[in-house]
Amino acid sequence: MATAPLLGQRIKRKEDPRLIQGRAHYVDDIKLDGTLHMTFARSVYAHARLKSVDISAAQAAPGVVAVYTGQDIKGQLGFVPCAAGIEGLKVPDHPCLATEKVCYVGEPVAAVVARDRYVARDAADLVEVDYEPLPAVVDPEKALAPGATVIHPKLGNNMAFVATLDHGDWKALDADKSLKVIKQRLINQRLAPISMETRGAIASYSPGEDTLTVWSSTQIPHILKTQLAIMSGVDEARCRVIAPEVGGGFGSKLNVYGEEGVACFASKKLGKPVKWIEGRRENILGTIHGRDQINDVEVYVQPDGKVVGLKCRTIADLGAYHQLLTPAIPTFTALMILGCYNIPNVFVETTGVFTNKMATDAYRGAGRPEATYIIERAMDLVAQELNMDPADVRMKNYPAPKDFPLTLATGVTYDTANYPKTLKKVLKAAGYAKLRKEQERLRKKGKYLGIGLSTYVEICAMGPSSRMPAGGWEYGSVRIDPTGKVTVLSGTSPHGQGEETSFAQIVADGFGIPFDDVTVFHGDTFQVPMGIGTFGSRTTAVGGTAIYQAVEKLKKKMARIAAHKLGVKPSELRFSDSKIQTADAANSVSFGEIVGEAIFAKQLPPGIEPGLTEQCVFEPANFTFPFGAHVCVTEIDGDTGEVHLRNYFAVDDCGRILNPMLVDGQVHGGLAQGIGQALWEELVYDETGQVTTGTLMDYAIPRAHQFCWFDNEATETRTPVNPLGAKGIGEAGTIGSTPAVVNSVIDALQPFGVRHIDMPLKPEKIWRIIHAQRAGG
Amino acid sequence: MKIRLKVNGALREDEVEPRLLLVHYLRDVAGLTGTHIGCETSICGACTVLVNGEAVKSCTLFAVQADGADIKTIEGLAPDATTGGQLHPLQQGFWEEHGLQCGFCTPGMIIAAQQLLSRNPRPTREEIRKGLEGNLCRCTGYQHIVKAVEHAAARMNPQA
Repeated sequence: MATAPLLGQRIKRKEDPRLIQGRAHYVDDIKLDGTLHMTFARSVYAHARLKSVDISAAQAAPGVVAVYTGQDIKGQLGFVPCAAGIEGLKVPDHPCLATEKVCYVGEPVAAVVARDRYVARDAADLVEVDYEPLPAVVDPEKALAPGATVIHPKLGNNMAFVATLDHGDWKALDADKSLKVIKQRLINQRLAPISMETRGAIASYSPGEDTLTVWSSTQIPHILKTQLAIMSGVDEARCRVIAPEVGGGFGSKLNVYGEEGVACFASKKLGKPVKWIEGRRENILGTIHGRDQINDVEVYVQPDGKVVGLKCRTIADLGAYHQLLTPAIPTFTALMILGCYNIPNVFVETTGVFTNKMATDAYRGAGRPEATYIIERAMDLVAQELNMDPADVRMKNYPAPKDFPLTLATGVTYDTANYPKTLKKVLKAAGYAKLRKEQERLRKKGKYLGIGLSTYVEICAMGPSSRMPAGGWEYGSVRIDPTGKVTVLSGTSPHGQGEETSFAQIVADGFGIPFDDVTVFHGDTFQVPMGIGTFGSRTTAVGGTAIYQAVEKLKKKMARIAAHKLGVKPSELRFSDSKIQTADAANSVSFGEIVGEAIFAKQLPPGIEPGLTEQCVFEPANFTFPFGAHVCVTEIDGDTGEVHLRNYFAVDDCGRILNPMLVDGQVHGGLAQGIGQALWEELVYDETGQVTTGTLMDYAIPRAHQFCWFDNEATETRTPVNPLGAKGIGEAGTIGSTPAVVNSVIDALQPFGVRHIDMPLKPEKIWRIIHAQRAGG
Repeated sequence: MKIRLKVNGALREDEVEPRLLLVHYLRDVAGLTGTHIGCETSICGACTVLVNGEAVKSCTLFAVQADGADIKTIEGLAPDATTGGQLHPLQQGFWEEHGLQCGFCTPGMIIAAQQLLSRNPRPTREEIRKGLEGNLCRCTGYQHIVKAVEHAAARMNPQA
């Protein structure tokens, strides 16, 4: 048994016993009596008018209970919501089932409800849709061209918004002939989040009580409850959403989906529980995608490597409709585009474009991986252009640790950082100087070793409510029951991150009681009165702080009761070893005794309410800005073009570390996803808008043997933004790793004069480059 | 069709549709929801169970094909653990080494690892990675899974 303080220790997870024994309950594991199963008939066209939807054969199939089309729900079920607030944003109507036309492959056209899932699936294939195909708008640049087919004619054209960030004296920069201007187009390809558990929901409406209960695989139960109440017309007070065990999200379940709305509608109509479990192919077609930006970058750099200006024109492919945060994501890219460098002039123009594809939205990193990729590729291009070492270029452009808090030209204020420290540490871990020598040796032998750097900063612990679409605070409560056991409720909704453990560490340390006496609950809106959810690396930094502060409130109350009993001042008392005692331990009372005093209330000091329960809604004053430095070492097989990951070194700084084991887990998983983007993953639409990577046989989720050992270390630069000093680590690995890998591969290919290759860096692309050179030379 | 089979040591006899997938049989008929469905194309391995001692992806086998078989699922690995008994060393290894996050791939991963260790009692890290290539995990980046399997191997086969 670990002893206090627990914070900072590798504490095994409270979550695990149920998970490793297969005894946890994900949505599809929940069985309610009389449950009906729902499945969807989905569009096979990227863009088509619906001439007719004939459901008669589906309705007639034995075992089918109901079939609904867009016409059936019209006026009875609200649109899929978008919460992003951008000036001038165009928001198309987004019905849960298509009514007049379909705008992407996989768009739900009809819902079939049946007694079992096989019958429902069969009947969905009996829905006869007469489509009138329209030209598919697939390329976002062509979508903006005059004369392009307009996806939402009411909105005039395919441009959803243009957002401009301009802080710079460009006239002066353009006039300065000593500056080099380096230009490069970077493509950040579309990805599929692929949580191992797909989406799914059970909606259960009780006509007698007029209550709607929804179990959903979601990251945001409270937001979902509000939105489903609005969409379905059930009074929000009578609506309950439960996020049971959730099998991963990575941002894809930070959303409100049409299918969840239809499940509520169907259950309300039928008075029975309706279960919808998404298939993997549906998941790839109809769950939000990530990334998908084209970034035209211009870097203004002095001959000594000092970068003085950065321009970027971004085209963000939003897909056909907005999901919850679709248009907001690329605006994060603009905010974080300067990375770790205090570049005085910045210009970013972001154009959001409608195309006939599934919506993009938050996927692990959500706009920041794109920003980091832009600035970290740019730094390597500068190094290449000026023939400097990439590490020197970075060092030259870092602000000093004493400069923080630092407001950049983007208007963002970074809290704390020490970028030189993380870079030096990772270079040392990697043996950078030695690696460069090895590289030189190998090149002479015709072998291609690559060394790639990336140093990142990210914006997380989201965030101040003034900067968030619908609140950035978080709720936490702590209650002590008569037996002395502690119940913690959090408005966050972790789904693998492990906060049942780290929150219990905070509480056990705060009260000086055993870890096992603390139980953390989350995810049920009837149990937890308010909450925002888990995303944006906010759960520990914001949600954990709410709990920490609730503990502090309770301790104040308990100290007053204990002080009254012991005849000392409350301020003299400390909580440790399940006791409340003076610093010299001369006066002491057990934790359990004060719990009893407080709850049974026989001799409470005047003015103290009975009971031990406190809550806190923590509103952060700023975001936090974790950072780090990564080195990726690759070897290229000259015959096949394959990239072999030889080493990966990471030094991440997420502020104070509450549980290093959980931090390692987050870093490793993030690295795997970021490396996946760099080398293998790509969601492909063909020119007709069909998805050609629609199963896991085609979409390349990396496997165990594709990775090298990750050597990761940490530095701890605490943030003053919250009393825990924690910044967040959920997305750092993903954000930092993608450019490190690409920079490494490009570095390996220097003998071929390669300046840039777009991701994913598949063997065929690299083989062509090597082969063309060999054939030519 | 009628099938007779052994699931986690208990004999069962059920009437099933010929097209019922084994994974749906286990989850919906036998009530063993520890076995998950992640892809339906035999790629992800979330549905891995032992059929006559061999790791099989139960989403691409019909229940009727398992007629007469001896099946073990995650629930059968250490059935007494919920009543105070020991966890299986693999379960313990995954817990100790933080070999899971969301837990969705974990039952399949543990079953696949069990087959791996039955064939190769003390695998190298590279062999563990190769041995688990039929199972996808999106959370961990696999490193802690490799350590979890090493942890279990050292306890299950200290002499090997």
